[in-house]
Amino acid sequence: MQLKKKNIAGLLSVATCSLLSGQAQSADDWNVDSAILFYSETDRVDAVEPVISGKKDLGDDEILSMKLVFDALTGSSANGAVPSTMVQTFTTPSGGGGGEEGEDEGEGEGGGSYQVAPNTTPLDPTFKDARAAFSMNWDKPVERDRRRNLGFNFSIEHDFTSLGVNGLWQYDSNQKNTSWTWGTNIELDSINPIGGAPEPLTTMAAMSKGSDTETRTVLDLLFGVTQVIDRSSLLQLNFSLSQADGYMTDPYKIVSVVDSVSGEPIRYLYENRPDNRYRQSVFAKYKKMFAGKDIFTASYRYMTDDWGVDSNTFDLTYRFRLGASYYLQPHLRYYQQSAADFYRYFLVDGEAVPGEVSADYRLGEMDATTTGIKFGREIDAQHSWSIRLERYLQTGESSPSEAFGQLTQQDLYPDLEATIVQFNYSFVF
Amino acid sequence: MKTAIRWLLIAGLLAASGCSSLGVKPWERDLLAREDMLMNSDALDLAYDEHIYFSKEASSGGQGFAGGGCGCN
Repeated sequence: MQLKKKNIAGLLSVATCSLLSGQAQSADDWNVDSAILFYSETDRVDAVEPVISGKKDLGDDEILSMKLVFDALTGSSANGAVPSTMVQTFTTPSGGGGGEEGEDEGEGEGGGSYQVAPNTTPLDPTFKDARAAFSMNWDKPVERDRRRNLGFNFSIEHDFTSLGVNGLWQYDSNQKNTSWTWGTNIELDSINPIGGAPEPLTTMAAMSKGSDTETRTVLDLLFGVTQVIDRSSLLQLNFSLSQADGYMTDPYKIVSVVDSVSGEPIRYLYENRPDNRYRQSVFAKYKKMFAGKDIFTASYRYMTDDWGVDSNTFDLTYRFRLGASYYLQPHLRYYQQSAADFYRYFLVDGEAVPGEVSADYRLGEMDATTTGIKFGREIDAQHSWSIRLERYLQTGESSPSEAFGQLTQQDLYPDLEATIVQFNYSFVF
Repeated sequence: MKTAIRWLLIAGLLAASGCSSLGVKPWERDLLAREDMLMNSDALDLAYDEHIYFSKEASSGGQGFAGGGCGCN
């Protein structure tokens, strides 16, 4: 299952900055941004994701924009289980095999299972997915100092469908040096796990399946202000609330139950997460131009939720102008999060099973750094291209204090390393 | 929650009290009007990043809506 892309990310900025820019688009012209991204994790997931988006001025500063995204993913995904000194056998999500999840690469006969070598992080090798997403936004001045942006987005995969509508309203004050924005997003998700959603906390071998279709609703609220500081700098501050209700569990993730002495896995339970989540975040972004050409951008986000996850994200870029039409832009991002309250590396046989538990590494305590470089060229006023190379490294606690027995010899939170290559081409027609 | 509300109040007070003395005149917007000075310049990069990090970390949103997503992969 692949998650829905947040096409609306940056929408706020579109609204708040449209007045600042004052840029003119020719009527009848479409400004098109296209890109393709190649994402490759070491020994895990590979993805290809082409995007095309178009923006057209309908006149009187009324702007229509559309975006189409495809992506295809293949490879292996960590299933949540701990490594063992012995060969481990897991059931595929499709159970008896023949599902859409792809080929069974395990050694078990008849499909429906895969095996993992000793002392190896268990990865589900049958991961395969494709997604298409479409979004549209209509941005319109409603009064001299107000704008309204309405949009919808739709995303579909073979086991996940999402439909969202959103609205943003903007009010400019202080000679348009201050833009106040507020908005809301409502999203309806339908999750159709391959073979049905597993009954939470049941053993993997039993393959006890629950409902074929699960649902979730998400309500987001956003409040923001963008302030022109001076002739060359801007500051944006956002405050966001997000309430999600419904199926939040990952139907393909499991938790190992290990022997209380040896630490060897005895069985695997399907994970279970709370059925609601409340998130808050504060986001700040600062942008400044130096020497009339180079641009420094810094952003920070603090997020906290009622799952116990707190995170800090720092992001820095500096765009060096190389002559009139070239630029070079280094990028540095640092991310740090605390673990969710119900995150566990493993469960111990004999202990009471918690009502909510997940061993999904994405809910564990971690740090992540991204380093990247982008090179771009503006060919003329209507054509430009760029290439971006990035490296993502995620690290966690490989030897947690709760490990015992054979677990002390294992890497319980292996690094995740990914390489990202992206090409952009923008044109007008 | 309290922390977040405090941040919001601080931001609001700063904006309300300080904004009137900040800013530029309409004829001083030459640099701010440039495409690369937009808060969402490189919008596709931002969207890709949001997608990648949303898939690999437990946080999302901030600049835009957080949304749902299944949090898988």
